[in-house]
Amino acid sequence: MNDNVTTLLNFLPQLWEGVQTTIILTVAGSIGAVIIALILGLTMTSPTAWLRIPARIVVEFFRGTSLLVQLFWLFYVLPLLGVDFDPMACGVAALALNYGAYSAEVVRSSIKTVAPGQWEAAIALSLSPTRRMVRVIFPQAWALMIPSLATLLIQLLKGTAVVSFITLSDLTDKTEQLRQSTGDTMFAYSISLLIYFALAWLLQEFMNFLERRATKALGRRRPNSRTDRREARRAARADAVRKDRLKSHVAAGEGTNHTKGPFPGQGGDL
Amino acid sequence: MWNWEFAAEALPILLRGFVNTLIATVVGTVIAAILGLILAVAIRGLPRWINWLVRLIVAFIRNTPLVVQLLFVYYAFSDIPGLVDVPALVIGFIVIGIHYSTYMSESYRSGIDAVPPGQFEAATALSLPPVRTFTAIVLPQALRATIPSLGNYAVAMFKDTPFLFAISVVELVTAAKEFGGSTFAYTEAFTLAGIIFLAASYPTSLLIQRLDRRLATY
Repeated sequence: MNDNVTTLLNFLPQLWEGVQTTIILTVAGSIGAVIIALILGLTMTSPTAWLRIPARIVVEFFRGTSLLVQLFWLFYVLPLLGVDFDPMACGVAALALNYGAYSAEVVRSSIKTVAPGQWEAAIALSLSPTRRMVRVIFPQAWALMIPSLATLLIQLLKGTAVVSFITLSDLTDKTEQLRQSTGDTMFAYSISLLIYFALAWLLQEFMNFLERRATKALGRRRPNSRTDRREARRAARADAVRKDRLKSHVAAGEGTNHTKGPFPGQGGDL
Repeated sequence: MWNWEFAAEALPILLRGFVNTLIATVVGTVIAAILGLILAVAIRGLPRWINWLVRLIVAFIRNTPLVVQLLFVYYAFSDIPGLVDVPALVIGFIVIGIHYSTYMSESYRSGIDAVPPGQFEAATALSLPPVRTFTAIVLPQALRATIPSLGNYAVAMFKDTPFLFAISVVELVTAAKEFGGSTFAYTEAFTLAGIIFLAASYPTSLLIQRLDRRLATY
């Protein structure tokens, strides 16, 4: 076990390199995925069939073929067609396209679930279609789509593990090296899984932060937000105190109904 | 650029790999569906700290990459000396099944939560034993809401089977890569692999959408 720790300490700089690769892929892939999702998702809500149908085909295509097929296609087939990407670009492109297609569906359905009254009000105020989308519809849809986007971006983080198949040295690849140098599968992979878990947690916290900001901008609160829970706790506590006091009043025989209201029976509002 | 001879040569090899893909998907789905239900149901009756622990483990499995889990279990098995060789495919569908059971348990849970409380109360009023309440009253209603989302996870699992490449199971994509490696006909191999995936997963998800509409009650 001590040997393992020494090996790990010596290996830390390399492990950090792997973590950096994973983080770069996740961040670049996420940004790409969100951009693709916004473009395709907005196009899919378009009233023009000429825009809607091609977008739908692209989305179904990238959703239907597996991530690994897309990655290998970009890595092995494109060079044969004369286009050369470095592995990093291939990885980012495959992740962005695959998860972007999934997210596009989220964007589309969020825009569709914004209350129809909002659309009608924006039309009644004769806002231009662009302003209607940018100032009224999208901010509300954005708050709705963040939780689902968070799930997908965590999927993307997990998806980055496959880039080790196209010669990129990410966290998964470094884990394999650590396993070989320690000869201890349990040790190496536990550390790697813990790092992935921590990264996923960070990503989730970041998305929660975005959601808080988005809902606050609308003058709302996230469902079951921390403030909501705090208020519920405070109310429960006040309730308990009140109940307690009432009980002690009753026990002391101080009467029950003249304390709070002018009418008998109005006192105990529990 | 595109050679029909290579394509014709690749197709049977790919389809042979596809058999493994299908096995992994079907067995994985069965494992995930059963384990997911156990996770969703058993958690209700347990003491709080065990409940908390199970939830932590579920979150851990959900939020870590399937590829790393596959490699972990694969090497851990090969480390144990004197163990009969477990085929990589078996390890593959077990790990995929466990991974997706954590997702499916969530759909079961929301399905069970969506059963109106009056149903539970009515079952109590009729003094049905808890097991009957569960199997005859709650589960049939909960499953109605759950099945489409289980189907979606099965499709997602199908698209995740290429990750078995990591533990050298010859499924569809691995077969395509091997064929490409030996003939350099990557274009035909990977394009066909993509088409097979699309041809299998798109109709299935359309079917699930229809099922969802048919089973929708609320």
